[in-house]
Amino acid sequence: MANDHIDLTVEPGEVHALLGENGAGKSTLMNQLYGLLQPDEGEIVVDGQVRTFRSPRDAIAAGIGMVHQHFMLVPVFTVAENIALGAEKVRAGFLDRRRARREVLEVSERYGLPVDPDALIENLPVGAQQRVEIIKALTRDVDLLILDEPTAVLTPQETEELLGVMRGLSDAGKSIVFITHKLKEVKAIADRITVIRRGRTVATASPDTAEEELAALMVGRAVSLEVDKAPAEPGREVLTVSGLMVDDDRGVRAVDNVDLTVHAGEVLGIAGVQGNGQTELVEAIMGLRRPAAGSIRVDNEDLTGMSTKQILRSGIGYVPEDRSLDGVVKEFTVAENLVLDQYDRPPYGNAFQLDPGAVAASARERVEQFDIRTSSPDATVSTLSGGNQQKVVVARELSRPLRLFVAAQPTRGVDVGSIEFIHRRIIHEREVGTAVLVVSSELDEVVGLADRIAVMYRGRILAIVPPDTPREELGLLMAGITESRPGAGATEPATEEGTK
Amino acid sequence: MTGVSTATAEQSAPTAAPVRFWDRQRRLGVGLVLIGLVATILFGALAAAETARFTLSEDAEGAALSINGQLGAILFGVVALAAGGLLLAGLLRAYQTLVLSLGILAFVLSFLCWQVAGKFLPLVDTASGTLELAVPLILGALAGVLGERSGVVNVAIEGQFLMGAFGAALVGTMATSVWAGVISAAVGGVLIAAILAVLAIRYLVDQVVVGIVLNLLALGVTGFLYERLMQPDAQAYNQPPKMPEWRIPGLADIPVVGPVLFHTNGLVWLALILVFVVHFGLTRTRWGLRTRAVGEHPTAADTVGVRVRGLRYLNVLLGGVIAGAGGAYFTLVATGSFNKNMTSGAGFIALAALIFGRWTPFGALGAALFFGFAQKLATYLSAVGSPVPSQFLNMLPYLATIVAVAGLVGRVRAPAADGQPYIKS
Repeated sequence: MANDHIDLTVEPGEVHALLGENGAGKSTLMNQLYGLLQPDEGEIVVDGQVRTFRSPRDAIAAGIGMVHQHFMLVPVFTVAENIALGAEKVRAGFLDRRRARREVLEVSERYGLPVDPDALIENLPVGAQQRVEIIKALTRDVDLLILDEPTAVLTPQETEELLGVMRGLSDAGKSIVFITHKLKEVKAIADRITVIRRGRTVATASPDTAEEELAALMVGRAVSLEVDKAPAEPGREVLTVSGLMVDDDRGVRAVDNVDLTVHAGEVLGIAGVQGNGQTELVEAIMGLRRPAAGSIRVDNEDLTGMSTKQILRSGIGYVPEDRSLDGVVKEFTVAENLVLDQYDRPPYGNAFQLDPGAVAASARERVEQFDIRTSSPDATVSTLSGGNQQKVVVARELSRPLRLFVAAQPTRGVDVGSIEFIHRRIIHEREVGTAVLVVSSELDEVVGLADRIAVMYRGRILAIVPPDTPREELGLLMAGITESRPGAGATEPATEEGTK
Repeated sequence: MTGVSTATAEQSAPTAAPVRFWDRQRRLGVGLVLIGLVATILFGALAAAETARFTLSEDAEGAALSINGQLGAILFGVVALAAGGLLLAGLLRAYQTLVLSLGILAFVLSFLCWQVAGKFLPLVDTASGTLELAVPLILGALAGVLGERSGVVNVAIEGQFLMGAFGAALVGTMATSVWAGVISAAVGGVLIAAILAVLAIRYLVDQVVVGIVLNLLALGVTGFLYERLMQPDAQAYNQPPKMPEWRIPGLADIPVVGPVLFHTNGLVWLALILVFVVHFGLTRTRWGLRTRAVGEHPTAADTVGVRVRGLRYLNVLLGGVIAGAGGAYFTLVATGSFNKNMTSGAGFIALAALIFGRWTPFGALGAALFFGFAQKLATYLSAVGSPVPSQFLNMLPYLATIVAVAGLVGRVRAPAADGQPYIKS
């Protein structure tokens, strides 16, 4: 059960934060409010009237709009087309495109949300796409706007801006439900906070509640928000990336002349907004994508041209960013997933057969050691929660001696409890002298784990800075602005982009 | 907005696109130079140095465009070569498509000069034959456009053709009315479409598999009924009236174009009008916007209140009507009676036209005309006893589709949700 007797009241003009971990049931609740899911029990009351929402149509008619976590925009349509869709104005049987454009511009001006109505969605950055989503809801005259994890894809500056827009909307009398798991944002904007845990409302709090207290409410026990770690003692150079160029699937340069070194016993964190080449960089290191130029060396051994299997076996561990696509085989059991990289080698098997006894024995051990919450090692991975699936991946990768550990978005979609655990394992790996490369779009995570932070923007490393660098400065770097740090390794002045 | 946000607003724009020497234009150029060489040298050498006559009338007499066959083959071959050279040199990038079309046209003309040298090719007959052969392809491809733009792959065009052809012959004969035939052809197409729609949309069965099964089903059902019903008593069941030809006075007197376009049967007009209707429908109407949205990103359409499944049903069924009507062409226009498996793969050529035409109505029209021309030429070549086996020309649609799908001629991009059933989460 994703929602168990939840009560939620939102007042007019209120910014109501819905706080909860991944999988707590926030999105499920909102999808019911938006008519995408039907409740088994309970009722929805809008302006004193009981309503049933069979589809989003009903919700829209009742004045409810939603900005989904994954944008609901047709990539090959223009902004105006996307906004008109579903509420098209027709003149003489044909779409009234001029009116659609005008409406977009009107709303865009009234609420300070700049967009080009004729731009194709696929050519717009995520920040602009989000503005389109908000305008889409506003043109439908909503009284209640639901924002589902809207800041997950934004830079700190874009987040600031979004919070400003939200304030403006609430001043204009719109109610906002703001779904998030980020405590700082909640405290910055919310008028009231409802905390949800395991499908139940656990508390309604005011925004002056301490962060630690909110976190404890969210998780159900006291949690440490900081990662405990001793200063790093970097050893020899393990990973050396030089002059690396990598193209993405469309043949566009995604990684542009990147130089990096990671030493034994240190964590290098790569910060940056998603889609700035981090994925391609990691794929190139793991042999999943052929670099266009440059070299990747581990202990002076060139990895370029080696197969992923060879790379993994040479003592490199890898947590891929998309768990369900690359991390686990969901239909396989936990035990099977734990030996995906070792199944053809003793003690688990050889080229011809598996040794189920050895596989099961090692699985029992790993499940214990990595605190994987599963009914049995023989349960399929699809029955596990996101956090426990991720622990399976981490357990598998950390079960062999490593020289280098590459973790991409290691805690995406993972509950706070598991995040703590995974972070501790990563730091432990550093302590035993492994070189660790962590890529994350969560700035908190990079700052917490890394001994040095490389900020990646448009395929380049703009700067490598210590983790105590002010947030503001990191945020600017993530947005490609380097003026504040002259000579920090930027190869291209950011103002040039700003004028485009 | 602040300066900061404008800077971030560009962040996902591509990082300096790499300049590749062997880009699409140059690859196309190489291809064109190669076929230009074939035309100039091979066709030029093989062509007889006799006059090739392209006549405006039905026979060898009367007004004609004439050229020495060998000279023509070489001349047009050189034109193709030159067009290829332009592309290869990276010139005239803005007119890339035009230069490419010109080059391919020159290659075709060079081929014709070789083949027609010492003989004659009636232009009007070729043009109207091309158009008539293209009619079922146009209708079939349009049916595909409707389905696939809304996200349902329709591999069952062949089966819809067969059911349409069969229905037209059966009901047309029994009611002694062409129009009753056409209507029941549409019904036949809708029957197949309905099964496809229910299995694909409601029961989420793999759409390609369903399509193939439906083709076999249509083949079996019509084949069985043909043997049991039509063959024993053809007069009662398999002698539909032929579709009448209409002539628009005035317009029909324009040379070449007149007799081709304005002295012909209703299905030709229907097909051509539908191309425009579907095009404007898709691009300019509420239905079209929603159809495209449903085919590209059904969840997005659903969240703004578009009925995804309903729209898919509607489009697949409409496609059934159109493809069924296309099937009527085979019995009411082309032959005058139904025969077992008489469509012999035309539905797959229509599918090829759909892909070659990049899922657009006008693209489909162009592709269908091109394939129709190839078929017409194949009959002409075997009639004049050409050394080129007509099978080569019959392979052309499939060859062209492979080339198109391989991405050599522009980027072929199917609707993003094509073939994916929509499951509400």
